[in-house]
Amino acid sequence: MPRLNADQRYPVTLTLNGRRLTAEAEPRMLLCDFLRHVLGATGTHVGCEHGVCGACTVQIDGVPARSCLTLAVQADGAVLCTVEGLAPSPGKLSVLQQAFREHFALQCGFCTAGILMSLDAWLCRHPDAGEQELREVLAGHLCRCTGYAPILRAALAAAQRLREGGDA
Amino acid sequence: MKPAPFAYLRAGSVDETLEALRQEGTDARILAGGQSLIPMLNMRLARPALLVDAMHIPVLQHISADAGRVTIGAAVRQRDMQAWPELGQRLRLLAAALPWVGHVQTRSRGTLCGSVAHADPSAEIPLTLVALGGQVHLRSHHGARRIQASDFFIGMMATACEPDEMIEAISLPSDRPGTGHAFREIGRRHGDFAIVACAGVVTEQTATLAVGGVADRPLARAMPLPGTRGDATALNDALNAFAWDLDARDDLHATARYRRELVCRLGRAVIEEAAQCRA
Repeated sequence: MPRLNADQRYPVTLTLNGRRLTAEAEPRMLLCDFLRHVLGATGTHVGCEHGVCGACTVQIDGVPARSCLTLAVQADGAVLCTVEGLAPSPGKLSVLQQAFREHFALQCGFCTAGILMSLDAWLCRHPDAGEQELREVLAGHLCRCTGYAPILRAALAAAQRLREGGDA
Repeated sequence: MKPAPFAYLRAGSVDETLEALRQEGTDARILAGGQSLIPMLNMRLARPALLVDAMHIPVLQHISADAGRVTIGAAVRQRDMQAWPELGQRLRLLAAALPWVGHVQTRSRGTLCGSVAHADPSAEIPLTLVALGGQVHLRSHHGARRIQASDFFIGMMATACEPDEMIEAISLPSDRPGTGHAFREIGRRHGDFAIVACAGVVTEQTATLAVGGVADRPLARAMPLPGTRGDATALNDALNAFAWDLDARDDLHATARYRRELVCRLGRAVIEEAAQCRA
């Protein structure tokens, strides 16, 4: 990649929830803004813009990361998954999403997309996850509504259902 | 907020990076994982004219171990370090400290060398580097040099890295048999900045305590060995003297007095735990 000028837009190609897309971004554009304002994927929310709140968490090449601490140009060539990619089909929730609904793990919903992306990535790799490690995953997120207890219950319930053979 | 405009160069080699630093000087910053630099850009505390992305330089992407040392390249992410199969045998203190570095979501992208370059006084990786007597490998268009971690960190987010230099790697001495390590930290919640972080290294003859989060940089000091006659008083006195010498300040998160108390208590705990691990 040649040197990109500050005031010009350049094509960025990435795979978003299985679809290969190309769109333009200035070097300074954050990945979260690229997703929302350029690609129109507004499921990812933007909270603090300095990596503390976790609302903007997405999966970059399979691992959870802050989209506000990633430049769109850094994600050129990456495989991204956002909350829009979790449901297996329209009208059907993933196991984790369904558990969130059943356990009232969200109220206002602002933080939810980020938390789902972190927990989804973790449970994919650690289906035997226990309460302590799920608490540490959740430590990377702020939720001002729930007090976290219902989120933890939903995560544990989803883990159990996944262990019993439910599809993600 | 959003970053001020900057140009972006995805460097393909160390030479290309050094040439950009030579031309742009302090207007250029090296971008690695971005987990410290991008918050600074977003808050406009940093306004570089050029970011040089070093993550795609193959030679910086390796962890290499020879007989006595582990060298960690500038593009090695914290997550990849944690997954390195030899970590638990070769660098137990780093293995204990890494889970405290940010959150799992920031360790996905953050690098070890980036944390060292940022030099936050409460950061765990600089603390570990100082505790183990590690080195920082610097390079500029003039050539390469290695500097001891204790000489590299010179103040609050200030290092001995010159504007035309980049960190190529850090290196740490591999654990020797008969050495014990321990790491403890107190923060507001797991993953927040440490109010106090302590690392202990105990060998047959020496005990070292390194403290982060109190002074303007991580600092290490020799402590009396635990388990020797009269050690309880000697260790307490040494911890108390170290705690006062760190010149703790009051801030939003904790008072200076609380920090001194934590240095004494966590310090004792890590020294004793490291001594037990040794046995």
